[in-house]
Amino acid sequence: MRNLRRIAAVILAIAMVFALAACGSSGGSGNTASTDTAADKADTSAKYRTLDEIKEDGEINIGVFSDKNPFGYVDENGEYQGYDVYFANRIGEDLGVKVNFVSTEAANRIEYLQTGKVDVILANFTVTPERAEEVDFALPYMNVALGVVSPDSRIITSLDDLTADDEVIVISGTTAETYLTENNPEIKLQKYDTYANAKNALENGNAAAWANDNTEVIAYALQNPGYTVGIPTLGSNDTIAPAVTKGNDTLLKWLNDEIIALGEENFFHADYEETLVDTYGTEYEESLVVESGNAAK
Amino acid sequence: MPDLGLDVLFKGKNMLRLLGGLWVAVRISLISVALSIPLGILLGIVMTWKNPITKTVTRIYLEFIRIMPQLVLLFIVFFSSTRTFGWDISGELASVIVFTAWGTAEMGDLVRGALISIPKHQYESGAALALSPFQTYFYIIIPQTVRRLIPLSINLVTRMIKTTSLILMIGVVEVLKVAQQIIEANRMSSPNAAFGIYLVVLIMYFMICWPISMLARYLEKKWR
Repeated sequence: MRNLRRIAAVILAIAMVFALAACGSSGGSGNTASTDTAADKADTSAKYRTLDEIKEDGEINIGVFSDKNPFGYVDENGEYQGYDVYFANRIGEDLGVKVNFVSTEAANRIEYLQTGKVDVILANFTVTPERAEEVDFALPYMNVALGVVSPDSRIITSLDDLTADDEVIVISGTTAETYLTENNPEIKLQKYDTYANAKNALENGNAAAWANDNTEVIAYALQNPGYTVGIPTLGSNDTIAPAVTKGNDTLLKWLNDEIIALGEENFFHADYEETLVDTYGTEYEESLVVESGNAAK
Repeated sequence: MPDLGLDVLFKGKNMLRLLGGLWVAVRISLISVALSIPLGILLGIVMTWKNPITKTVTRIYLEFIRIMPQLVLLFIVFFSSTRTFGWDISGELASVIVFTAWGTAEMGDLVRGALISIPKHQYESGAALALSPFQTYFYIIIPQTVRRLIPLSINLVTRMIKTTSLILMIGVVEVLKVAQQIIEANRMSSPNAAFGIYLVVLIMYFMICWPISMLARYLEKKWR
């Protein structure tokens, strides 16, 4: 045993020396790269890239979810897939640039746009007046409302079913969080940063229900026997749209024109049939998909 | 044996992706550790000075870093630096900066503690032997300090490795994020995968941290 420990210690020491040597070089290159871009930014002092700058660069940075099947997720080969990603790839194709996917979380989408670290957010981003003050939304491409899912053992069909001891799961930074905080401040919320953690919390019985976009809870209940969407629509009907940095008018205009043009070929229906039909079936197609930005109000 | 959904790991490149994510986490923590140990030793020495200015400044730095949650620090460095100064730093570099700042603060306090735990007569004996202050430090104080420090600082290393799970919030896809991606991509075909994949991630963290704690134990035994 003593020998084993000694060997382990020696192996580790060697590994650390190698790691340190490797770090030295990569750390150095990282530093120079950052100072270069800092100098570039200081010249233009812009927090976003215009349409021409993106075309010139040959690469567009699009923020998507990487753990939100079927909207934005990564398949077993490490490729981004889903409804949002299908649209993102089409944007890249029509702009003639390569798409660089950036993995975002619900809570940091606005920050990513405001700092220009992505050009477009296509991460199931619901349009709200508060968000519209921070970022510019293009035309919508999907409808959404809030929904509440709960275990079959105690289905919550109305928010009045919740007792003072019950807690409701929400994901930080989502519309569900804002809606419940504003309209039902008496409900105790359990907040999680990632979709996966919220899902685990519901399955572990940490709370009475989970409030999220209705698409999410419908899909969740369809795939997880034992859970039912007691409240399918809560609050007002909202839409999901791409968002760009506030003031990035050239890119915004291009996106709006693109969405209108794609309506001619029923692009988002094709997108739905490619990516969402397995999850929601065909019955939700007409109510979920928005073509040419014509949302049913 | 219950179905842990482990078959998901063998689909496509999933296992390689998970290991790649682990390497991202380990690489960031090792770079940070390599930077924070020398910086922390310097900070610790400065903290023992009697000068009121250095005392206040180092104290404020230490308390600021210790009180701030690491997540807030990550957001400040990654997003606020772009907002305020227009620096576009990558998520990985931002993580290294935050972890180094944190490691330096913690390491500095450990060094300070180790230094003041050396009895005064050690310094006096050095002076009595006509050693210069530098020689006293180099030959007498530092060797004794290092012995007290190694186990403590190695524990700091394992804490840093585990805290890298936060960097997914600034877009760095490390092992935990890859795990969540794999679980989500397969949530229809293997609903049980969450348990199995998280178990594998736990084993991975253990495989990295366990040899490091063994090293700490070994050194503690050898030098005490």
